[in-house]
Amino acid sequence: MTAYVIRRLLLTIPVLFAIVTLVFAIRPLVPGDPVEIMLFGQSANPEVIANIRAQLGLDKSIPEQYLLYVSNVLRGDLGTSITTRQPVIEEITNRYPATLQLAIGAFLVSGIVGLGSGILAAVYKDSPIDTVAMIVATTGISMPAFWFGLLAIYLFSVNLGWFSVIPDGSLKSLVLPALTLGLIASSIVARLVRSAMLEVLGQEYVQTARAKGLTERRVVMHHALRNAAIPVVTIVGLQFGGLLTGAFIIEAVFAWHGIGELAVQAFAKRDFPMIQGITLVVATTYVLVNLVVDVIYAALDPRITYS
Amino acid sequence: MTASTLTTSLSPRSTAIRFGPLDFLRRLFRTTQAQIGGAIVLLLLLTAVFAPLVAPYDPYELRVGSAKDPPSPAYPFGTDDLGRDMLSRIMYGARITVQIGTISVALALGIGVTIGLVAGFYGGWIDSLLMRFTDIMLAFPGFLLTLAIVAVLGPGLTNAMIAVGVGAFPGFARLVRGSVLSIRETEYVTAERVLGATPTRIMRSSILPNVLAPIIVLATLAFPLAVLDAAALSFLGLGAQPPTPEWGALLVDGRNYLRTAPHLVNIPGLAIFITVLGFNLIGNNLRDVLDPRLRAR
Repeated sequence: MTAYVIRRLLLTIPVLFAIVTLVFAIRPLVPGDPVEIMLFGQSANPEVIANIRAQLGLDKSIPEQYLLYVSNVLRGDLGTSITTRQPVIEEITNRYPATLQLAIGAFLVSGIVGLGSGILAAVYKDSPIDTVAMIVATTGISMPAFWFGLLAIYLFSVNLGWFSVIPDGSLKSLVLPALTLGLIASSIVARLVRSAMLEVLGQEYVQTARAKGLTERRVVMHHALRNAAIPVVTIVGLQFGGLLTGAFIIEAVFAWHGIGELAVQAFAKRDFPMIQGITLVVATTYVLVNLVVDVIYAALDPRITYS
Repeated sequence: MTASTLTTSLSPRSTAIRFGPLDFLRRLFRTTQAQIGGAIVLLLLLTAVFAPLVAPYDPYELRVGSAKDPPSPAYPFGTDDLGRDMLSRIMYGARITVQIGTISVALALGIGVTIGLVAGFYGGWIDSLLMRFTDIMLAFPGFLLTLAIVAVLGPGLTNAMIAVGVGAFPGFARLVRGSVLSIRETEYVTAERVLGATPTRIMRSSILPNVLAPIIVLATLAFPLAVLDAAALSFLGLGAQPPTPEWGALLVDGRNYLRTAPHLVNIPGLAIFITVLGFNLIGNNLRDVLDPRLRAR
């Protein structure tokens, strides 16, 4: 197991390296001169322009810029934002906790609701419970998150007055955004969990457990669920990446001051150091979450030796 | 969910379509779910094609005196903040929605199927190279790849379509490669090789028809995702720009009037939701019809 974890960790390094390379490529690919974008079309002294270019390392060749970028990233320096003139890493560190809070909240909602309804739908296959759970899941998958969020604001904040329209960062103000993001994500989880459970429930060892005269509850909880846990962990783990970027949209709906809000501003103003920084941080988080999922997966499934 | 995560629920095995078009349609629309989905999609397509004929007003015509009017017999979907008829704007928006879905999915298909076919067919270093590239793309979760591409191309409807399409290609590439790997070693492909057929001919005549079923399923399920992603981009101000009556953009316009004129948010929201639902309902059934392995579940 330790060997597997070390091997998996080592395999992550080239992936992270590839991500840094692709993220670097964003800047040379952005059309137009970044300095001109910085100056918002205002004319400036050629000397000033040359100075800014030198500061950003734009006077060097692309391979030199790349090496500089990689070495800066390794030292935790993601550059300076073109629009706010603040270090990118500082801005991201200030905002990321709020996004992670939202993503984790949504993750819990999607896990609880998705797992619960998926398991129930599989156990009571073809019953009204199954039908209702799957209708709700299909509805959830088809729901635009931003509209669902606005509906939630309209109903719970504007009409019922249960929540403040403007979030204050408290746990209470997290409820509505996390529920919106989590409930939509739970529909995908529910469908995939149902399918994984149905596969397991059809296995011979489940039939044997039933034939032994065990209660249905025990069959489901001890025999089926433990085996279905393996694909389920993968599904739920993969969801986390979706939740992180889903948070970008939900943050725009609920005026949540996270990395998503920062990203939208950066994308609109083509603030490339910020765009690169956010893309790098989110992709890295996703890769690391997948690493954790893979390790859990190995711990759950003793059949896998990963030679 | 991205198109790439969808592949996990699709069988990568060869599942050739082995029934005629009429039989296929009969099987596809056997369930109420698929019939509802079919009706929604048909309505969308008809609206998109005939929008100029059926729309009651010009979608861009401003009426100062009747701004934010609630739905009425004269304006069944009400009017927006500039007095433009919402029904007409929704109808013209249907055209944009169909365009977004079609162009994005076509782009994802073009890139993904080509990469998947070539990687799976040739194997070796070509496969490794193409698949590592695809895997790196998959390391950017969900919407992030699409956002990064918009960052490079700049905001706008056309760029949003390109970004959504390119962002969705890894799912197709992985699916097609998996299917090709299993077909590559079959006897009929070996026979064609022995007969001296060129790789392009083998890919076109033997391999592609046999990987068509999972591709069609994924494309049907990718269409609504493309519509959702493009609408989300517009919502974030990175997709369609005013005054284009794209549904996501209409919703953004309306959000400032959520309290006073909720129809400005709810009508475009409902239009996106119903369209996506229609495609999802068809997609689910299509998967059951084309993928016999899943039909039993």
